[in-house]
Amino acid sequence: MTWFASHPLAVVLVPLAAAALLASAGRWLKPVAPWIAVLGPLTALATGAGALMAGQAAATAGSLPWISVGDVVLRVGFRVDSLAAIMLVVLGVVASCVVVFSAGYMHGERGWSRYFAFISLFSASMAGLVVASGLVELFVGWELVGVCSFLLIGFWYDKPQAADAARKAFLTTRVGDVGLLLAMGLIWARTGSLSIDGLARAAATLPAGVVTAAALLLFLAAAGKSAQFPLHFWLPDAMEGPTPVSALIHAATMVAAGVYLVARTWPLFALSPVAQGVVLVIGTFTALAAATVALTQTDIKRVLAYSTISQLGFMFAALGAGDWRAAIFLLVTHAAFKALLFLAAGSVLHGTGTQDLRQMGGLWKRMPVTTITWIAGGLALAGIPPLAGFFSKDAVIAAVMLRSPVAAIALLLASLLTATYVARATQLAFFGVSREVREAYESPLAMTVPLGVLALLACTLGFSATALLEALGAAGGESISAAIAVPAVLAGVAGLAAGWFVWGSDAAAENSFPSWLEAVWGSARSGYGFDAGVVRTTVQPLMTLATLTYVFTDRIVIDGMVEGSAKVVTGISEWLRDLQNGDVQWYGAMTAAGVVVLLTVVVWLTRGA
Amino acid sequence: MLTSLILLPMVGGVAAWLTGRSAPRMARVVALAVAVAQAGLTALALVVASRSVSGGLTSGLTGGGWPLRLDGLAGPLVALTALLGVVAVLASWRVRKSPGAHFAMLLALQGALTAVFVAADLVVFYVAWEAVLVPMFFLIGVWGHEKRRHAAMKFFIYTFAGSALMLVGLIIVIATTGTTSIAQAVKTGLDAQTGTLVFWLLAVGFAVKIPVWPLHTWLPDAHVEAPTAGSIMLAGVLLKMGGYGFIRLALPLAPAAARAAAPLLATLGIIAIVYGALMALAQSDLKRLVAYSSVAHMGFVVLAISIGSKLALTAAMLVMVAHGLTSALLFLLVGLLQDRAHTRDISRLGGLLRVVPGWGTALTFGLLASLGLPGLAGFPGELVSTLEGFRAYGWWMAVVAIGVVLAGAYNLRALRRVAHGPLVEEWREMRDLDVREVFAIAPLAVGILLLGVWPALVSSAVAPVAEVVAKMLGGG
Repeated sequence: MTWFASHPLAVVLVPLAAAALLASAGRWLKPVAPWIAVLGPLTALATGAGALMAGQAAATAGSLPWISVGDVVLRVGFRVDSLAAIMLVVLGVVASCVVVFSAGYMHGERGWSRYFAFISLFSASMAGLVVASGLVELFVGWELVGVCSFLLIGFWYDKPQAADAARKAFLTTRVGDVGLLLAMGLIWARTGSLSIDGLARAAATLPAGVVTAAALLLFLAAAGKSAQFPLHFWLPDAMEGPTPVSALIHAATMVAAGVYLVARTWPLFALSPVAQGVVLVIGTFTALAAATVALTQTDIKRVLAYSTISQLGFMFAALGAGDWRAAIFLLVTHAAFKALLFLAAGSVLHGTGTQDLRQMGGLWKRMPVTTITWIAGGLALAGIPPLAGFFSKDAVIAAVMLRSPVAAIALLLASLLTATYVARATQLAFFGVSREVREAYESPLAMTVPLGVLALLACTLGFSATALLEALGAAGGESISAAIAVPAVLAGVAGLAAGWFVWGSDAAAENSFPSWLEAVWGSARSGYGFDAGVVRTTVQPLMTLATLTYVFTDRIVIDGMVEGSAKVVTGISEWLRDLQNGDVQWYGAMTAAGVVVLLTVVVWLTRGA
Repeated sequence: MLTSLILLPMVGGVAAWLTGRSAPRMARVVALAVAVAQAGLTALALVVASRSVSGGLTSGLTGGGWPLRLDGLAGPLVALTALLGVVAVLASWRVRKSPGAHFAMLLALQGALTAVFVAADLVVFYVAWEAVLVPMFFLIGVWGHEKRRHAAMKFFIYTFAGSALMLVGLIIVIATTGTTSIAQAVKTGLDAQTGTLVFWLLAVGFAVKIPVWPLHTWLPDAHVEAPTAGSIMLAGVLLKMGGYGFIRLALPLAPAAARAAAPLLATLGIIAIVYGALMALAQSDLKRLVAYSSVAHMGFVVLAISIGSKLALTAAMLVMVAHGLTSALLFLLVGLLQDRAHTRDISRLGGLLRVVPGWGTALTFGLLASLGLPGLAGFPGELVSTLEGFRAYGWWMAVVAIGVVLAGAYNLRALRRVAHGPLVEEWREMRDLDVREVFAIAPLAVGILLLGVWPALVSSAVAPVAEVVAKMLGGG
């Protein structure tokens, strides 16, 4: 581990080599593809753990020039400090579990080697993003995780929904990425450097307006990647990808990169109350709104997708309240319990062939391991002590309370809804009577062992709070405040009870709601029509604009003028057309003559040189 | 040595033509041998030149007795020409119509292009510039598609009109400075009034070639009608003559006028970035789509040239080489598709990744490179152009950002419509890449990856020249 800690570039190079190997020789490596793909995550785990054991002072760094012109040098480099190390551990653990799980889940799939090659490429990109010491290399990792997400959402590319979802995910996050690009431009123009450490030093010397602008641009990028309102609508569609991919990329790691970006560039946000306020409002709103949508979904993966959006909202609320360490704490615990929930959902899908909650029911008898691990993840998500989510959610709400009691109350309400949708989904899937699913089998060991590992983490990670916060440089470590913990736990228990009993008595309870609630419910189920609205107001007008501009401006106006003036020289054209008589000998002769003339002219003109 | 870089493809072209008269199927073998030899010779010349380059416009490898020079600005483009020369021969391997003459044109084109880039003399430059037109005109006009004659004429007249203005500019330079040597002319300099006149005369000629919006409409027409090899050379190298001309001649000869023109050039560049991408989004013909994307990418070149800092000029060259590789790959792939399906209409295609995974993977790679994915060639140059653009023009880069999003949109739209989704039954029997085609694709793919990861490959060669030119412009 010491070796890994002192050679941190291995976290990028090992999975990259694995990806290259699987891409080029995957055909012959089929039996060992998962073993090759797991090397990258294991390297990340070893490096992160090694760095954490060595402590903050042992942060390793290095850089080399990427483009240099005279005295202007764009450097790229890496740095492993405790924040990066924690992210590497998260990546290592979740990705290892996901690779092992995939070995069972993806068994017999066409494109097996391609799948593990993409997973390896993702590991390399995510690790690169995490260890980046400057914004250029961070942006490289940022875009590459995006393209891996694109490739994996569209893994079953001949399925139109999957192909559309992949494109939507890439383009929506790219709208956000433009924020990162412009932030880099602004910072480059103002400081002449893109190193993150340099940014921390330079932030204090920049005018307040510039700091706020840069921070908001970075948040735009973060909001795109982390699916925050109004750039959130790609994530539910991303569920078209294989479920282990959803666990890894769209729950635990890539979507958390936005939180990481804000934490990484915290010196800018620290100086801008305006930017913090925006982050707090967006985060809180997203946390609450997404929780209401999660409650209404009938597809188990879409419940989890909206839940992820909501939980990422909690993290941004903590960031907006100024406590980035609490956000990272929730990021870590969420990675464990949400990856667990996704993998458990994948196990259900694998065992039953459906992801529609309305068709399930009573699965606990036939899928006991999946059920128990799902419940562990669900209780952690609901914030029930002493599971992991309780500690981290408490830290987040306590931080927000100090800044804005209104936002804290909104988050408590979101917690209540969280517990309700957890109970609803659990009840519908695993308990009650089996509705349409006739056959269901417990998954093989390759799938249940990762579930067990993650369930263990979901139960125990909360106790790492003090160690984790101290590694990030927090003064006091974790302290549970009763003023927050009591209402939070009450909200969790109340939510669980509500969900449990409402959907326990009638699996289609929403059908017997009063009419006003039914209307709200239906609207929430479609994500309040936001997605369709965006398509209607941006995509279709854009295509119309493109087509009209092409036909009218480009062809009729601009090219029309060209063609019009060309008519003037029709005479010349007629003459040249006569030369073009299709006789090859004639072309040859003309070319030869041309070459001779050309050479003669050159020789004559340069005879003195 | 530089002389042979120009003569080898010319003589080789004659050899291919003569071979083609008696044994049409042998012409391609001769052409391939010549193109490969040219690539080897170019590599050798670059190695020799890199040993002798001490920096600046006036150094570099010179041609014995001939007014030629291979320096850091010309080097990457000469290398690009040689590489694409090989690819173009492989791409037109199965040409039926008088193969001898076809390969002769292709090789003559390669020789003329090389001459443009290594010319150290204004007259040589002009003659080579015009010499490029002739083989290109025939490649489009004889071996092109249905409306080839119209497209060839449009290409010829449009660019000829541009170069006529350029010729006037060059004559004024020669008359005023009393020398035909580029280095001497730059050293002597022009007075402000003459400088402004010369700058605009040259700029129009170069702008047509790049092409700068709104002088771009010849490009999609020419590409759509051109044969694959013609499109590869046209997009890959010919457009770069314009950007090269700006950095080699227009900026150093008339720095004050160039500074004054910067806002206008920047505006046109930014418009091209957004407009080209928007037009690409509207296309259903895959080839026309790639052609419009060229307008957008070359917009970054115009933007970077207008900034004129040493980093921006280096970025302009990075974008040019990257676009040379990427557009060549995409035109090659579209050509291979047309060979098989006899259509380029994306509304008739779909799900091809399933039947032709090799081709589909290459297309995915090419389109991702075209949208500027980091790690691939397009990224370093376009990133640095935007960074330096922010330094020079501030928030106008937000408009460029729209173009960046649109680039994602049109490339992924093409990928979705052609390669993804359910397979269109009509193409179930399509065959995947053969060995020759893989050999044509591989060097481009490797180049795209290499330049994306290690842009210093090009930037370190360009930097000394960029520094000198930027200093003339009064910046750094």
